[in-house]
Amino acid sequence: MSSPRYWRGIPQRYRLEAGKCKRCGKIYFPPRLVCDECKGREFEKVNLPKEGKILTYTIIRVAPSQCTDQAPYAMGIVELSAGSTGKDGVKILSQIADCDFDKLEIGMPVRIEFRKIYQEGEAGIICYGYKCVPI
Amino acid sequence: MRDVAIIGVGMNKWGELWEDSLRDIFTEAALLAIEDAGVDHIDSMYIGCMSSGLFVGQEHLSSLLSDYLGMGPIPAARVESACCSGGLALRTGFIDVASGMNDIVLVGGVEKMTDVSVGGATFALSTAADQEYEVYHGVTFPGLYALMARAHMHKYGTSRKQLAQVAVKNHFHGSMNPLAQYPQKITAEEVIESVMVADPLRILDCSPITDGAAAVILAPLDLAKKISKKPVVKIIGSGHATDTIALHSRNDLTEIKSTERAAKIAYEMAGKSPEEIHLAEVHDCFTIAEICVIEALGFVEKGKGGPATEHGITALSGKIPVNTSGGLKSKGHPVGATGVAQAIEITKQLRGEAGERQVKNAKVGLTQNMGGSGGSSLVHIMEVV
Amino acid sequence: MVGITGYGAYIPRHRIKVEEIAKVWGADAQAYKKGLFVEEKSVPGPDQDTITMSVESAFSALKRAQIDPKKIGAVYVGSESHPYAVKPSGTTVAEAIGATPDVHCADFEFACKAGSEAMFVCLGLVGSGSIEYGLAIGADTSQGAPGDALEYTAAAGAAAFIMGKDNIIAEAIDTYSFMTDTPDFWRREYQFYPRHASRFTGDPAYFKHILGAGKAMLEKVKMEPKDFQYAVFHQPNGKFPQRVGRLLGFEKKQIETGLLCPKLGNTYSGSSPMGLTAILDEAKPNDLIFMVSYGSGAGSDAFVWRVTERINQVRDSAVKTREMLNNNKSYLEYGTYAKYRGKIRKGE
Repeated sequence: MSSPRYWRGIPQRYRLEAGKCKRCGKIYFPPRLVCDECKGREFEKVNLPKEGKILTYTIIRVAPSQCTDQAPYAMGIVELSAGSTGKDGVKILSQIADCDFDKLEIGMPVRIEFRKIYQEGEAGIICYGYKCVPI
Repeated sequence: MRDVAIIGVGMNKWGELWEDSLRDIFTEAALLAIEDAGVDHIDSMYIGCMSSGLFVGQEHLSSLLSDYLGMGPIPAARVESACCSGGLALRTGFIDVASGMNDIVLVGGVEKMTDVSVGGATFALSTAADQEYEVYHGVTFPGLYALMARAHMHKYGTSRKQLAQVAVKNHFHGSMNPLAQYPQKITAEEVIESVMVADPLRILDCSPITDGAAAVILAPLDLAKKISKKPVVKIIGSGHATDTIALHSRNDLTEIKSTERAAKIAYEMAGKSPEEIHLAEVHDCFTIAEICVIEALGFVEKGKGGPATEHGITALSGKIPVNTSGGLKSKGHPVGATGVAQAIEITKQLRGEAGERQVKNAKVGLTQNMGGSGGSSLVHIMEVV
Repeated sequence: MVGITGYGAYIPRHRIKVEEIAKVWGADAQAYKKGLFVEEKSVPGPDQDTITMSVESAFSALKRAQIDPKKIGAVYVGSESHPYAVKPSGTTVAEAIGATPDVHCADFEFACKAGSEAMFVCLGLVGSGSIEYGLAIGADTSQGAPGDALEYTAAAGAAAFIMGKDNIIAEAIDTYSFMTDTPDFWRREYQFYPRHASRFTGDPAYFKHILGAGKAMLEKVKMEPKDFQYAVFHQPNGKFPQRVGRLLGFEKKQIETGLLCPKLGNTYSGSSPMGLTAILDEAKPNDLIFMVSYGSGAGSDAFVWRVTERINQVRDSAVKTREMLNNNKSYLEYGTYAKYRGKIRKGE
C-alpha cells in the first residue's frame, strides 16, 4: 500500500465521509464526480451512519497474504442506515470483528468500530479503517 | 455491418505448464487455429489477457505476440476486462471484421499464472475487484462469491448440495475433454467435504489457477463460405455490458445484471430467445456463479438455478447442456483465455466435432464470460450455417 | 474552572486467565493470583492497538462532552506501546475524530504515566487559555516477556478525557507532579520486551513516588483522605494500589470502585485514567476524587477532582467502563494469545 494511496482515502477509511447529490439526495460512498441517478455534478459532504445490519456474510478461511494471521475472519455486506427508519441505506463491505461465527446471521445489527486493517510487514505503514462489530 | 464467422479454432492442453512461457503458450494455440482455418495470412489480432504485467512482468503483448506469431507486422491489441478479457477480445475482433476494417482476424486469449506463488496469483486476481472498498478490507474472490452464495441460499433456498452438483456435472463433462486441466470425475460428497475456503464455498467449488491459451480465426461470412473446409459457424449475436465494480454497490446481491443486460443485447441482435439456445458455455468461476448466470441468461427462472442443476436440466443429456467443455471448474481458468475457449467449445459442438461430449442437433450455442464479481459481461450467440 | 467535560474508555473483548498462562510455564497459578490479586487480563485482538483503542475511547469522550471535534485544540496520546516509534499516534486519532487540521498534537511517554501526563498538560493549556478543549488519552497494549511475572498482568485498554472550561463534569481542583531518576522498569530502543529490577520496583519506585506525590497533593489542597469519596492509584497489580492507599490513609471502600486491575490487568498508561472513568461512571455531584498515577523511570502525577451536577446528564451517553469489563468477554487459550501478541517467531 503506497503512502499517497492510503492517505488519499483517509476521509473515507477513518470517517466514512460520503457524498450526497445536492439535486436528488442519493448518497455515494466513496464520493463521486457524477450522480448516476440524475447526472448531477454537485455534492455535499456527509458522514455515513455508524450502525446498520448484515445483508450477507462469509468467513474467510484462506486469506490474502496481508491478512493471513487474522484468518479465519468474518466479512459482511452491511447496510448502514440511521436507526430503523426502514429507508435504504448505503452498503459497505467490511470485516465483522469480535463476533462468534455461529451467531452470525442475515439481519444482525452491527455498529462501526475503528480497527487496524493490516500492516505492511515489520517496517511499512500501518493501515487503519472501519470494521463492524455486533451490537 | 458484415456477417462474421468463426473459421478456425486452436487450443492446447491446459494445466501447470512449467516448460512453457506466455509467448510459447499463445503462439502454439494461435498456430493451431490458423492451421484449422486453412488461412495463410492474418490481417489483425486481438489478445485477451487479464494481467501479464502482474503474472510475468510483461506488458506490450501486442508487439510481443505478433512478433512471435511470425505473420508479419500486423496490427495487434491486448484487451482487458478482468476474467472476461477473452470474451472482450472476441467482441473486439468481431467488430473489426463486421465493420469491414479487416478480413482475417485472429482472436486469442492467454494467461500464464503459475510463475508467481499462489499468493501472487491471488493478488493479481484480486485486482478485478474494488481495491479500496473490497480488497482493502481483506476479501478474496471466493469471499465475494461466498457472499453472493449465502444471499442466494437465504433468498431462494438454494442448497449446499445444489452448488456441489454444478461442480460434479462440470467435472463429468470435463472427463470427456482431453484438453481439460482436471478431467477427474468428482462426487457431491467430495465437494461438500473439501477444505472450506470462504463459508459456504469449499475448494472444490472454486475454479483453479491455470496456464493456457486459446485462439479462433474470424472472417467475413461470405469469405468463410468460400474458403472453409469445415462447417461455418456464424456469430449471430454479441452483447456487452458493465455493472458496478463492487458487489456491495448492487441492488440485488443474487443477480448478475451485467450478464442480463449483455444477454438481452445478444438475444435481440441474434433474433433468438433463451429457449432457442441448444447449449451454452458459461463462466463458472465458482459453482454459485453458474447458478446465478443460468438465471441471468433466462434459461431458468430467478431463484431456480439450484433446482435446475439438481434436476439435470443443464447436464449433457438435459434440456440445455451447460459447460460441456468442463467449464472453468474442470477445464481450467487461465483468465484471459477462458472467453475464447468458450467460443471454441461452441464452435466444435456446432461443427459436430465434440466427440464423446457432443450435444445432438446442436445448431445454436451461447457463450457467457464475465469479469470480477460480475462487473462486466460478454455474451455471444453462434449458429452453424 | 477547568476540568473534564467528557470521558470515555475502551477495553478489548478478549481475556486470558492467570491459570492459562501459569499452565504453560509450569507456575503456581494460585500463588500468582494471591500474590498479585489479579484473576485475568484483557488481550488486544490482532486488529487492535494503542491507536484503535484511543480512537474508540475518544469517541465515547466526545459523546459525553457533546462538542464539535473541530474545537479540540490539542490531541495527546500517552502510551508505552505507540504503534510507530516515529509518527505520533495522535495524528491518526485526530484525523479519525475529525479534529484536524487546526490542532496541536504530540505523543507522550513516561512508562505507565504517559496518560496522566497528557491530562496534566491539557489542563494547563486550557487553564492558560491557549486552547478551548484538549483531548488527553492514556492507552497501551503493553507486552510482558513470556514466562515473566509481568506476563500475568500486562493488559490492554484506553481512557480518554476532554478537558475544557465549559460544561465541566469534574473540576480539576489542583495537580502535583513528583519525579526522580529511578531505573526500576525500562525498555531500550529496538527491544521487544521491557525489563525490570524485580523487588526494586516496589518501595523505592512505586511506593516512593505515589506517596511523595500523594502526600504533597494532600498538603497543597489542605485536605485529608477522609474528605474524599473515591481514590484511584496506578494499578500494576491488585495489591499495590490497596497498600499505597492504606499508607496514605485511604480505606478499602474508597479504592474499590476505581480498582479494575483484578479483572483487567495492568493497562499501563491507561491504568489510573481508566480507574478514574469507572469512578466517574458512578460518582455523585460534589464527590471528591483523589488520583495518583505512577510511571516507572520514575514519577507520579496527582490530581484532585470534584464532580459537578452535570455528570448525571452525560454519564449515560456512552458505554460504561465496567460494562465493557464484565460483558461480552471471550477467553483465549495461550496459543491464540501468543499469536495475537506476536510472541511467536515467524519466518519473513
